[in-house]
Amino acid sequence: MTHTRAFLALACAVVGGALLSACSDGPTAAASGPTLAEVRARGYVRCGAGKDTTGFSAPDGHGRWLGLDVDTCRAIAVAALGDRDKARFVPLTGQQRITALLTGEIDVLPRTTTWTLQRDAGGINFTIPNYYDYTAFMTGAASGAKTLRDLDGATVCVQTGSLTEIVFADVARRNHITLHPVIFDNVQSTRQAFLAGRCDALATDQSALVALRAMKPGQRFTIIPASDDIAPLTPAVRHGDDQWFDIVKYAIEAMIVAEHLGINRTNVEAMSSSRDPVIRRFLGVEPGNGRALGLRDDFAYQIVRQVGNYAEVYDDNLGARSGLNIPRGPNRLRRDGGLMLSIGFY
Amino acid sequence: MQRSKPSRDMLRWWLPQALFALVFMAFIAVMVGMVEHNLSVRGMALDFGFLGSTARFPLSETIVPYSPSATFARALLAGLGNTVVLALVVIVLSTLLGVPLALARRSGHPLAGGVACSFIDAVRNTPLVVQLLFWYGVLTVGLPPPGKSLQPIPGIFLNDRGLYLTSFGITGTALPLLLVAVGGLVAVAVLAWRGRLHQASLVTLATVIAAAVLWVSLGLGVAPDVPHLDRYNFIGGWSFTPEFAAVVVGSVLYASGFVAEIIRAGIAAVPCGQWDACRAMGLSDRQSLRLVIVPQALRVMVPPMTSQFASILKNSTLALLVGYPDLNSVANTTMNHTGHALECVVLVAFVYLILAAAISLGMGLLERRSARWAR
Repeated sequence: MTHTRAFLALACAVVGGALLSACSDGPTAAASGPTLAEVRARGYVRCGAGKDTTGFSAPDGHGRWLGLDVDTCRAIAVAALGDRDKARFVPLTGQQRITALLTGEIDVLPRTTTWTLQRDAGGINFTIPNYYDYTAFMTGAASGAKTLRDLDGATVCVQTGSLTEIVFADVARRNHITLHPVIFDNVQSTRQAFLAGRCDALATDQSALVALRAMKPGQRFTIIPASDDIAPLTPAVRHGDDQWFDIVKYAIEAMIVAEHLGINRTNVEAMSSSRDPVIRRFLGVEPGNGRALGLRDDFAYQIVRQVGNYAEVYDDNLGARSGLNIPRGPNRLRRDGGLMLSIGFY
Repeated sequence: MQRSKPSRDMLRWWLPQALFALVFMAFIAVMVGMVEHNLSVRGMALDFGFLGSTARFPLSETIVPYSPSATFARALLAGLGNTVVLALVVIVLSTLLGVPLALARRSGHPLAGGVACSFIDAVRNTPLVVQLLFWYGVLTVGLPPPGKSLQPIPGIFLNDRGLYLTSFGITGTALPLLLVAVGGLVAVAVLAWRGRLHQASLVTLATVIAAAVLWVSLGLGVAPDVPHLDRYNFIGGWSFTPEFAAVVVGSVLYASGFVAEIIRAGIAAVPCGQWDACRAMGLSDRQSLRLVIVPQALRVMVPPMTSQFASILKNSTLALLVGYPDLNSVANTTMNHTGHALECVVLVAFVYLILAAAISLGMGLLERRSARWAR
């Protein structure tokens, strides 16, 4: 079953890795070498993906993967291989995702994973947040609950393998209220149990709650934030390959910087002839940045042209063009009062 | 020549054994070495120290008391408790259900046989996962919300949050009563196991009388705790969640099909001649079944039943699908929050191995026992 897959993956990776290294006589096992070389030899980037996290990663009716995390992966594919379609998506449950990254089943994990100390210390590195979210409770408007205190005694559906379950427990301890959790291992079961009436409330990321609410226009729900803490959802890589760590960071950063510089899919061509040295360096007209990372100098140009800047990607997947209409809130640029920092392409 | 022959035989016997042992140990050594090497390359190392850290995550229901401020070790222990209880409940109930199913299928009665046969085929030939999800769906979608609970008997409430029963607490100092009850139960179990059924029933009677005397002399009373509806849920009394109910009902029905067939096979394996012999000796059908057929059938049934019980244990890892937290699910959650995947996998594999070995051991005892009966 689903969790046995994680077992199997690990067992295979350790034993397989053992055999591999025994044959090749030296520490050239998959995970130790430069991931970039391996990705280029393979011809595509493998990304961990969700299954039902609409807006972040979910296949559409035609089997095409869509979402903010999917586009993040495509940006990485453009950086590494120059083509947005050279990305493959491995659907993982919350429980499986970290193990899958640790064992080398995937190259990078852009899958609504909150950056936490324990995870960071446990064999993976977080790159740069591509979304700032917060945990919230959604309850039927009929319950009349407006604040956390009103939820005292309620049954709450929670998904395991997510930070939500820890935030959930902390909320109950901090506010001295009793919450009865019912815990499932995947998004679909958790939602279904909530919609079937098994729980009074559903606890998860606010973005996912908004997406669910958008899918059920006939019903009325109230969303109550769990606390004023913000969860940085951050793509992660394995320990041990600093070059790949940098590449993923700057692939994400390229989209944010592009928005900051006013470069988008439509004007990127024209911007190439800009006189602004910052833009020229960013687009690789003045060479050096790509080379420093072991990439082509026009990697940022290609990311903007093939995937888009952060505002466009946000709009496609979470904003007005997606039908979810989630306000940008903390995901605006720092310049506009948000948390998205543009790090210099110098 | 004459002298060297036994030693050559010895050599013939020992050499392959020794060679095999050597190859096997070398294989293990190489594997361990490679795993260690690969772990160090990945910057991973076996370190169980994290088990003492605070777990932080909640578990929906546990038999071993647990809260998010307890340690990972405690969380895993709570998961283990759930797994053991679940496996035991399913083993006992599926055996209890399997016996009448097997007898009905053997009976030759067209209605009883037909019903048993189609039931067994239906539960054995659909995936357990599907059955679990089906029962969970029935229990959560099919039942009304707490505000409109079904109340089949006063004091019992059934809704989509679970089954709520009135519990009865004993008021007063009940410790002597508890000691007498436990002592009597142990004595009865030991006597029954030794086959001294007459003495066992005497002890049962004595225990009941002693308990009654204690009850009156200590002035004990009973206080019912009737569940009542709070803002969201019923509180008080005993309750079973739909998650536990779904996993128990699904697993019991599924396993009972297999158990029934094992029992049927065991009975069928006893040659017809044995029945004839019983009749010739003037034993009634019930007597022949109890004294002659079952002891012989048991010998045939125990080995496949052992594997069946082991697979019940392992199938309990599907419980998370319907939201029941078993050991495997707690281990997965622990992995997710700590990154100590390898330690968790090793630990879980080891614990399941021990549990399965315990089942084998218990069944081995029964097997030896049945061999003695059959003599």
